[in-house]
Amino acid sequence: MTDITAGIPRRESSIIRTLKGMALIRESAVGMIGLALILFWGVLAILADLIAPFDPNATLYPLAFPGTTVEGMGTFWLGTDHLGRDVLSRIIHGSRTVLIFAPLATFCAYLVGIPMGLAAGYRRGMTDAILSFISNVILSFPVLVLYIIIIATIGASATNIIIAVTFASAPGIFRIVRGLVLDLRNREYVFAAETRGETPWRIMLVEILPNARGPLIVDACLRVGYVIITIGVLGFLGLGLPPPDPDWGGMINETRQMAMSFPHMTVFPCIAISSLVLGFNLLADGLREVSLRD
Amino acid sequence: MLIFVVRRFGTMVLTMVVVSLLLFLLLEINVASVAIKVLGPYSSEEQRQIWLEANGYLEPFYIRYFTWLGNFVVGDFGESIRFKVPVGEVLWPRLGNTGILGLATMIVVVPLALCLGVLAGMKEGSGLDRTISVGSIITTSIPEFASAVLLSAVFVFYLDLLPGTSSMAGGFSLNQLILPVMVLVLYDFGYVTRMTRASMSEVMMTHYIRTAVLKGLPYKTVILRHALRNALIAPFTVIMLQINWLLSGVIVVEFFYAYKGFGALLLEASLNQDIFLIEACAMVAVFVAVATQTIADVGYTYLNPRIRFA
Repeated sequence: MTDITAGIPRRESSIIRTLKGMALIRESAVGMIGLALILFWGVLAILADLIAPFDPNATLYPLAFPGTTVEGMGTFWLGTDHLGRDVLSRIIHGSRTVLIFAPLATFCAYLVGIPMGLAAGYRRGMTDAILSFISNVILSFPVLVLYIIIIATIGASATNIIIAVTFASAPGIFRIVRGLVLDLRNREYVFAAETRGETPWRIMLVEILPNARGPLIVDACLRVGYVIITIGVLGFLGLGLPPPDPDWGGMINETRQMAMSFPHMTVFPCIAISSLVLGFNLLADGLREVSLRD
Repeated sequence: MLIFVVRRFGTMVLTMVVVSLLLFLLLEINVASVAIKVLGPYSSEEQRQIWLEANGYLEPFYIRYFTWLGNFVVGDFGESIRFKVPVGEVLWPRLGNTGILGLATMIVVVPLALCLGVLAGMKEGSGLDRTISVGSIITTSIPEFASAVLLSAVFVFYLDLLPGTSSMAGGFSLNQLILPVMVLVLYDFGYVTRMTRASMSEVMMTHYIRTAVLKGLPYKTVILRHALRNALIAPFTVIMLQINWLLSGVIVVEFFYAYKGFGALLLEASLNQDIFLIEACAMVAVFVAVATQTIADVGYTYLNPRIRFA
């Protein structure tokens, strides 16, 4: 039997095409700034142990202002907090916490939201009606109200924060995926796959999902940003990750009573979290701009 | 149109009922710990059981739910464990305070965001557009607690212009309202601006705008008479839906500035396992969210003749 595909150039795998598409981000100045901000914090998070000048949980010298040099210890570039812990080291180690939990929680939300959206958009009918109603109910909560009630009820821990984020974000993802699928399900390649007799889930995952990736990648960037804010807010409200490990929102909460006399303790973590969220938002904006161009 | 409104209203009521059930189920997870909150950590297991029994917490779940629902519908929200008074007594004044905060924020956000959005969308890709767009991304990237800290550092610590807390202990004071409103505005206006910009730039590309420009109308007339009317339909929805976000923001801001509002109350209730108060607060929050969504939907169909009878 002759190979009928001979002569037709093989198309690159969709993963490679996605990466090539994302590489277009270098054409967007805004996107590159965003990527640089994320990479900056990413490198700090990976190399935290090497870069951080002090142990983030060690009590060294209380209430030092930024730039204070103490004999025999070194310089506290961003000062120390009320317990004498080095603010710079805590911020660097805190980036680790944020960059692990925010993407992980977002990923879990997608893991739940995508199959729901695929099923609702592809099967429609009752499946769609039920899933849409459930997500409308969850989305009718002001987000933070939902987080506070969930976390206050089941307790503050890393796992519970991920559960809460998944529960609160999956409906939003569901809506986006469903909208995309409703559009994509009428394409020829879907009909072709149906005619070949592919199973519904294969069609959803192999034919439809890869073609919906563009908007989803942009949404994921924005969503990681929101989740970072959420984790920060929970920490700030005292519902975040348990101390003493550094967490930006928690750092702000612990020291905000002293913010009027020692603003450096709270201002620097605020700048850190804002810059990271900004990074994700700019990257999303850049990706959207690049993807709309062609 | 009437059928549409009635159906929308029906969905709203159904959503509220499901939400109340969902909340009840969620709070059911550690309903027994209410006794610990009331009697203190050193109460004996026996005492807790007696208290739970006496206050009806050991009744089956569905009986408690329907009793609560029945009372809730007629306006009896139960008794707050934390404040030891009927929930309504704490809730309504707090809600009024938050209303003031929210209203003040909206009064600033709506004109500001619409103006900036229209200015940016008028000429897509212009210097002004890029400045406004990037500016609004930056402000929406700063979480409320961060901008609260930063603004307080500037206006309270360095400039010493405004008070750092807004407890309104000595009666209403406009001075104490400025910082909370500023924080909320800073976080919320960016999104509305971007949506207005998108809507405006879409309208600017339509044929009727090109026609208006080509037939020699002054640019001002084109913008004010032709573009704005169509460009402001979408932002109306966005602004209504923004109220949902505002409710989240209010919690952080009220907590930070010790403002005696509804958000701070909800947080306090959640941290203290005050079940009836949580229920009431959450129902109010969801009601506001669902009601604004309904208004947004109905208003949108009303404003946009093309989908009026869809």
